[in-house]
This record gives sequence, C-alpha cells and structure tokens, in this order.
Amino acid sequence: MTNALLEVTGLTTELPPSRGGERPVRVCDDVGFSIRPGETVALLGESGCGKSMTALSLMRLLPLGGRIAAGSVCLGDQDLLRLTERDMRRIRGGRMGMIFQEPQTSLNPVLTVGAQIAEAVRVHAGMPRAGIGARVVELLRAVGIPDPERRAEEYPHQLSGGMKQRIMVAMALAGDPELLIADEPTTALDVTIQAQVLQLLKGVQRERGMAVLLITHDLGVVAETADRLAVMYAGQIVEQASVAAFFAGPAHPYSRKLLESLPAADKRAGALAVIPGRVPPLDQDFTGCRFAPRCFRAMERCHDTVPGWLDAGAEQRVRCLLWEAGTPTFAPVAAQQATDGEEAAASADALLSTDDLKIHFPIRRGLFKRTVGHVKAVDGLDLALYAGRTLALVGESGCGKTTAGKGILQLARPTAGAVHYDGVDLSRLKPARLRPYRKDLQVIFQDPFASMNPRMLVEDIVGEGLQALGIAPGRAERRQRVAALLEQVGIGEQALGRYPHEFSGGQRQRICIARALAVEPRLIVCDEPTSALDVSVQAQILNLLKRLQQELGLAYLFITHDISVVSYLAHEVAVMYLGRIVERGSTAQILGEPRHPYTKALLSAVPVADPERQRDIIRLEGDMPSPANPPAGCHFHPRCPEAIEDCAAAYPDERRLADGRTVRCIRVQTD
Amino acid sequence: MPVILTTDALIFLLIAVALGYGVYAAQHEHLRAPWRSVARSRVGVAALVVIGCYVLIGLLDSMHFHPRVEPVAASSAAPAATDAARADAGGAAAAPMEARYSTQVLSVLDVILSGLRERQEKTFSAPFATHLFVKEPIEQPDGSIVRGYPPLEHGGAHLKDPSRRGFDIAVRTVLGAIKGLLVWMALTAGLVWLVAHARGETFNDGASAIWQARTTVPWRVLLLTLAVMLVLGFVAAELAAGYHILGTDKVGEDVFYQSLKSIRTGLVIGTLTTLVMLPAAVILGIMAGYFRGLTDDIIQYLYTTLNSIPGVLLIAAAILMLQVYMTNNADQFASLVERADLRLLFLCIILGVTSWTGLCRLLRGESLKLREQDYVQAASALGVRHGTIISRHILPNVLHIVMITVVLDFSGLVLAEAVLSYVNIGVDPTMNSWGNMINSARLELAREPIVWWSLAAAFVFMFTLVLAANLFADVVRDAFDPRLARVR
Repeated sequence: MTNALLEVTGLTTELPPSRGGERPVRVCDDVGFSIRPGETVALLGESGCGKSMTALSLMRLLPLGGRIAAGSVCLGDQDLLRLTERDMRRIRGGRMGMIFQEPQTSLNPVLTVGAQIAEAVRVHAGMPRAGIGARVVELLRAVGIPDPERRAEEYPHQLSGGMKQRIMVAMALAGDPELLIADEPTTALDVTIQAQVLQLLKGVQRERGMAVLLITHDLGVVAETADRLAVMYAGQIVEQASVAAFFAGPAHPYSRKLLESLPAADKRAGALAVIPGRVPPLDQDFTGCRFAPRCFRAMERCHDTVPGWLDAGAEQRVRCLLWEAGTPTFAPVAAQQATDGEEAAASADALLSTDDLKIHFPIRRGLFKRTVGHVKAVDGLDLALYAGRTLALVGESGCGKTTAGKGILQLARPTAGAVHYDGVDLSRLKPARLRPYRKDLQVIFQDPFASMNPRMLVEDIVGEGLQALGIAPGRAERRQRVAALLEQVGIGEQALGRYPHEFSGGQRQRICIARALAVEPRLIVCDEPTSALDVSVQAQILNLLKRLQQELGLAYLFITHDISVVSYLAHEVAVMYLGRIVERGSTAQILGEPRHPYTKALLSAVPVADPERQRDIIRLEGDMPSPANPPAGCHFHPRCPEAIEDCAAAYPDERRLADGRTVRCIRVQTD
Repeated sequence: MPVILTTDALIFLLIAVALGYGVYAAQHEHLRAPWRSVARSRVGVAALVVIGCYVLIGLLDSMHFHPRVEPVAASSAAPAATDAARADAGGAAAAPMEARYSTQVLSVLDVILSGLRERQEKTFSAPFATHLFVKEPIEQPDGSIVRGYPPLEHGGAHLKDPSRRGFDIAVRTVLGAIKGLLVWMALTAGLVWLVAHARGETFNDGASAIWQARTTVPWRVLLLTLAVMLVLGFVAAELAAGYHILGTDKVGEDVFYQSLKSIRTGLVIGTLTTLVMLPAAVILGIMAGYFRGLTDDIIQYLYTTLNSIPGVLLIAAAILMLQVYMTNNADQFASLVERADLRLLFLCIILGVTSWTGLCRLLRGESLKLREQDYVQAASALGVRHGTIISRHILPNVLHIVMITVVLDFSGLVLAEAVLSYVNIGVDPTMNSWGNMINSARLELAREPIVWWSLAAAFVFMFTLVLAANLFADVVRDAFDPRLARVR
C-alpha cells in the first residue's frame, strides 16, 4: 500500500486523567490504518471507543491537555505530527476537511452562510476577492442546494438541518481537500435527510476523487457507503476488512456480536444477542485482549496475551487469538422461526383509544400576546392500543409523535378530541380526578441522562411514584419494592443508595423502566427509549422490554424513527406525517409492502446492514413543512413523487384496504 | 444583662440557617463535591481566612449587653464612662447586692477595645501623632498663652521624649510580630497534629506534607494567610495601646476603632439583605417559571415595575419615612443603639426589596427550562403534586444559582451601603459604618494640609473585605457552575 493517501501507524493519544483518576486516559492505542485516494474507509465502534478522538488526532485538534504520545500520520509524504502549528493550519481545511455531527452548532448564527463559506474559500483558495462570490455559489451548487445565490444570503436559522449539513460539506470542500473526515455526519438527521446527505457525499467523492474517512456507529451507513472499514474497541482497532468481507463474515467476536445485536424482523421470536458488561476504562494497562472479559469465546490465554494482527482472509485482518489456529468456526446464528402464534392474540377491546386527538400550540405575538396562529403538532389522531401488544408510531422528527405520546399521557392537554381509557375521557378530567389514572399510564424517555433528577438517589427516583400515589407510603416497604423492581430490570439492589451519574446509559434506561414499572402500569409510552444508546445496549433494553411485555401483559406505544427496532418489536405500525397518521396496519403489512408514498420513501431511505441488498432510494425533495402552516390538501403532496392535481384539493379521507390497513391517500386503490 | 437587638437575632438566625445548610450539604454528594473543590482551591482558602477574621470581629460586635453598674462607682463616675471590666469586678464583689445595669448598650467587641474607645482626643490627629493636628492656644507654665500644637492626651502620652517615637514604634512592632507568631505557631502545631492524625502519619511527616503542599486541602496557604492576619492583628494591637494608629477624627474618636466597629455594619448589610430577599426571589422565581401562564405574567409585571423605579429614590423615601416615624415616636426606643439598629434593619429590608428581581429573573428562566426536563415530566406522569415537584425536582437543581448569586451580591451590597451613607440615606449617623466615615471625611479632604486617614482607613478595610469576598465568590461560582465543571 505505497500509494496510500493517508497512512496512520502506531497512533497513540492520551487525554489528561478524568476526575478522581491518576493515570492519563489512552483514548487511541496503537491505531494504524491507511486510506487510498478516492476510497471511503469507515471507522466503526460504539461510543467511548475512541473513534472521534482518532479523527481529532489526525487533525491535531485534541481537547486541552490531550497529546499524541507516539505514532505517525502521513498525508502523502508529509508527516502531519512533525509540522508546525502554522503549517498544520494550512492542512486543516486545505488538504484535509472535516465535518461534524451537529450541523446546528457548527455554524455561526449571526453570519450568513455565504459569508461563512467565503471565509473558508478566502483562507484556502487564495483567490482574488472578486472571484470569491462566484466560488461560494459554485460550492453551494455542488452540494445540491437549490437557488444558491439566494441561499448564500440567508442565515443558518433559516435553513433546515439537512441544508445546514450540506453547508458544512460545502465549507469542507472549499479548500479542495484530498481527504474528508466525516464524524458521524448523519447521526443527528432523519433517515430521509440522511439518505440525501450520504448520496451527496458519495457524489462529491466520485466527482473529485476525494478520500473519505467516515466515522459512524451505524452498520447500515457503513454497508451502504464504505469500501473498507476498521472496527474500534476500547481505543484499539480490532478488525480491518473490506466491507464485503466483513458483512459476509466478521472475524472478531466483538464485530460478530455487534452485527447479531442489530434488531430485525427475522429475530422477532427470540431475544437479541447482547454483549455483557461495558467498555473498560482506558486509564489502565491492558495485559491481554481488551474484549476478553466480555467475549463469549474467551480462552485462558486471552486474558494474559495481547493479540497481534492475524490474517483472516484476503481482505481481512483481526486482532484475535482465535485466528492463530486457522479459521475458527462460529456457531451460526440460529435461524429463528417467527412464531406469530402467541403474538396474534389481540383482545378485541382496546385498552386505550384516541378519537380525533388534536394538540395545537398557540403562536402569540405582540404586546398583548395575541394568538396569531397555531402549531398543529397533532392534528386528528386515531389510535387504539391493546394489552400485551406494541403499536409503533413512526415518523421523522417534527412530525408530532412525541407530542402525541404526551397527549395520551395528559402531559400536554389536548386541544380537542378524546382519549378513552377505562370508560372515561381522560382529556376532560380535572388534574385531581386524573391522578388515579396516572398509575396506569407510564412513560420512558429518550435521553437516559436527562430523565432522572441528578440530585436524587436511585431509591427515591424509582420510589417516587409509589410515594406520590400512596401505593407504598412506608419507607421500609417502599425500599423493599424498589429493590425488587431493580432486580426485575437487571440492575440489582446495590444501586439503591447511588446517584444516577454513576450509571451508564443502558443502566440508566433500566432504572427509568423500573420507575415506570413501579406503579404497575398497564400501558407504557416508550419515547425513543433506545435511540441514545449503542447497538449492543439497545439490544439489552429491547430484550428487557419484550420480556416485560410477555410477563406483565403491558401495552406499549413505541415512538421511534428506527425501522429496524419497529420490525423487531412492534405488532402494529402507524406512520405519522405532519401531525396526522398517513398509514396504519400490522408490522408485516407496512414494512413488507408500504402503500402510502411517504411510507415507501421513508422505508427506502433506511440504510440496511447488508451490502448485497441494493435498494432504490425514493428521494424526497426538500424538508418537512412547518406544522404551523401545513400545505393545503394532502400535507405530503408538495414532496410526493406520485402527486396529482387532486392531491392539493382536500386532505384525503381514511381508506380501509382489503388487508385491514388504513391509508390516507387518494392514489391508493381500495380494491 | 444581655441585649438582643433585632439584627443580632437575625444574624444568629442566619448562622443557624448556614449551619443547617452545612449539615444538609454534608449529606448530599452533589452539594458536598463543589464545596470540597472550594476548600481545595488556594485562593478560596486564603479568602476564607480573611473573611473569617472579619466575621469573627462582626460576631463579637453582635453580642450586646447592658454593662452592670457598680452602685458606689455609679454615683461618682459618669455612667457613660463606665468601664465594663471594672463593672465586672464590682459585680463579683457586690454579689449579694441587687445588680443595677447601665442603660448603655455595649458589645463584647467594645469591651475588648475599651482602651481604644475611651482614649478620646479633642479633635483631629494624624496617625501615630503625639500632637493635635490643629493649632490651639496653649497655656504655658508661666501663664502666657501661645498658639501651637498641643500634645495629645493619650496618643504617645507614655513617651518621655517625643523624639524617641520612632524607636518606640519599632520596638512595639517587633513585640507585636513576635506575639503574633507565637500564637500562630501554637495554632499551627494544633493544626499539624490534627492533619497528621487524620492522615495517620507522625507529626513531622504531617508537617512536611503540609509544607510541601502535598495535602489535598492547601493547608500551607491557609497557614500563611493566617500568619499574615495574626501578625498584622497583634502588631496593630500592640501599637494601638500607645498610639492612634489611624489617627482620630473631628471629635477625637480613634479611627481604627471606628473602622473595626464598621465591620459589623458592612457584614449585616451584606448578609441580612440576602436573607430578606431570598424567600421572595426563590419562591416567586420558581413559581413564575414552573406555573407559567397568568402566574408568570403577574410576577413578571411585578418585578418589571419594581425594577423601573429608581432604587435610590425608593430607598430615600423609605428611610425618610422611617426617620419621621422615629422622631414622632421617640419614646418607643430605649436607646440610641436600638434606634440605629432599627434603621439598619430597615435599610436591609429596603435594599432587599430593590435587589431580589435579578435572582428572581434568573430562577424563572432556569425553572422554565427545568419544567420541560424529562424527569419533571416523568414525575407529573407519576402523579406527583406540584408542591412536591417544586421542592424535590426544581429547587435542588437551582440551588447552585442561588448560592452563586448570594456570594456575588455580598460585595455589591457592602459597597452599596457606603454609597448610600455617603448621600445620607444609609445607616444612622450615630452608627459606625464605612459609609459614614467616608461621608464625614469628605469635607476634610478640602483642608490644607489634607486629612486623609479616615477615608484611607475606610477604604482599606472595605477593600480587603470586598476583594476577599469577590475572590471567594469566583471560586464558589467555578465550583458550582455545571458548565464550568465539565470543562475541567
């Protein structure tokens, strides 16, 4: 590999000791890989494995106190680690561009985007002042922004998330980089936007022959965009392979488990594979394989022998002792036969149903706070939830799914419509009359770090509902119940006297589940409970939720944007667009054969962790309109590839198809 | 017989609140950790020692009593000149007799400083002077009258030869420094023993650990600051016994004594004002942010309106009203001290009324943010009542803001007192305060030669306190601000 564009060898980076620690944290340890011109290499791994730190080390943009202890980073024939800071500045944004995860915070809100791109152009292109404006427009056009002359004059807040990420790409392209480092470029974006941005990256790369280092945790994105990949674990690369070889048979047990823990439709019947334990702290010296304590194939030797690189095929290298004695055999994942028998038993009576539920937020302006309009977050929602079954509410961010969940829980009081539960309309009850029903309806939130009061002990957090609703007023009794609950969710009662910050994300989510379970609810609204978690931890939580549903007969309203989770967990799916449900039916119906154009587009945009499977992405134009001012007629028609004139006339009525699903689209035949 | 003035009672209440908070904080890790990092900061510890000295003086000055009057002495000596020490001795001797008390109110500090308090001169005298600052007719032994600088009654009166003043001052300075160092060494030995004991080491190891700054708490800095304060204190005490080290003012009162007495006034204004404003700011701020809607509108209009009234005007109006009331009902007040004390309290209240809006606004914003947090949502989904949500979820999560504001406001209020007294709407003119000192000194600035010492003394004392408080506030803010915590 003499023609490599970027050659990293033995890169070792240390950060200063974390609080209470003595030793420096070695976030990258002997990291080595190379990138050829025009190639996409993905750096894959769970959070805390040192992916981002590797990227920052390459750019020499480490946080305060961080230092590169050893190794070399050669871009072409230049060793970046030997350059002066002054020369390095010219490399950054020049030969090497970088885009970050969060487009919202990467742009300066008080400058126009044109000015910000112009700055990058001025620094690197060294062209006359007059040419800069034209170059900015050219760059904006290159990243597929319509009407670039006008857009250049706009401020970041006037652009949507996908647009901002395009602007970031344009800025990175300003210096005509040979290498683009993309640090989780689509993690903060919706799937349809993610598809747009990934497509853009691929296109730009093809045109310019640029190399891309893609940092991601999403196996689907890797399968679709990368040529080769490197799997990182605990600061070290444990496997390098071409994408085709990797997905055909991952060599490292860690990679294997990662792939197996992805939820999918064909794993419905059983539990997902999980990796026990967590990533070890990096401020220690490892005497053996770092993964050994969590490895299902660990041998005696793994704990005291540091594995070196071994070949595991033509395009695959791995750090694992299993490969010393030739190709090991991994037990094939038991092809679990989906047994829908026990799932099918849906009781006839709905546990909870909503009838034309509307939640509008008034927009107030002026001195006297006059209402000038409404944000129609939820605009006529009909749902039914059954005991022991899961309804998945799917949609992009901003479509009102979270508000719908809050409306059902009466955390946001509905503007109109009804929520029928147990023969009463919850939306009409006064707060005091509502309290007895609180017990039955519970919620689990997305962010396990924000959903617990950092000032309270776990015991008090989980016991809060027991105390508030007077279920277990005595302290001793409460303590006993909380301990039992923590045992049930797999945390153990030693957690009682500890604070939330002492737990990892997955453990916190378990505590949140325990808190919800404490009051013995019949329905739980799960608001994206796994989207902030790593794949292997997500598998643990999904397994737990599934087990609890089977044991306790809970009804779930599962709010998510992750289609693979839906296919694994849900019985029914409702697809939401701009406050309304556009299609609803059983999981197999919707995911197998979507009928509504929006559902089709949404599903086609989801990356699949299987490079063999080619799919046609239905590319949606533009972004979701504002719910304050939805388009006339069918809300989706301005972006719809199948739209006809009649679509703009009126919002389509619900149509029930022969297979039992309902669709709101006039183009769908009811036959 | 002890007298408890209103402000004294409130100070003790404040101490009780602070102790309660300390006990509460010790049990909660999220409060203990920031305080621990305060205690580990060198600047924080040094500032704390300085503030501690001020607080000690302030507390000594807050224990008031009526001195006991010896019946025999009472008939001969004027009650105003009663020496408390003598009264004590007399009391012990005349135990069976019915005790009689003077109407005068003294504090423990007055007793300690009784020498300073009683050694009054006729009028101005410069620091360390042996003669008055102004010329007066002096009657010579032969009966003739000469205009000259008369010798002071007390300052430097012990000197037989005024030209040996420099030597005397040097001797006293050295003596004071030695005394200070001796006390410091005794304290140091005690501290080293405690630290060594806690670390399970020998005395020598403990001492070297402290000296080489290997301890987590910077004891060395603490001891050095303490050494400076003790040496300064003892040197001042030694010198003050023979001289007016900061001179005397227009009526011949010792300026050093005035400066020390002013400490209590400054501290009271800085702390009690906070105590007065805290409940309003915290309750209203959280209510506005948490309940929103009409409650929010009313509270917002309330503080916006209040904020629009010029603060000085409000304070002037209130103080003038109080003055009128006190003149019309003079018989309600047993002594001048009580009158002055009421005015001080009133000033605290009115300063509190004008200064709660800032904190209230901060807390409203924070509560607005917190009420949308998932854990508050989860609590309402669990049917937790509003009161419980506020006290359990909102209040503990805004306490750091309260803490930071209180510490930051302190120095501002101390300075505000000086400004208000300067424009005559501050504390009672009979009460010692830095503001009053500056106010009375301002005319003398126009004299030739200039009388600078009142102003300088007030400035130095105030500056030291405010600087220490500001440094301490910075450390506290760094420790409590969650955004800064992540940076480190």
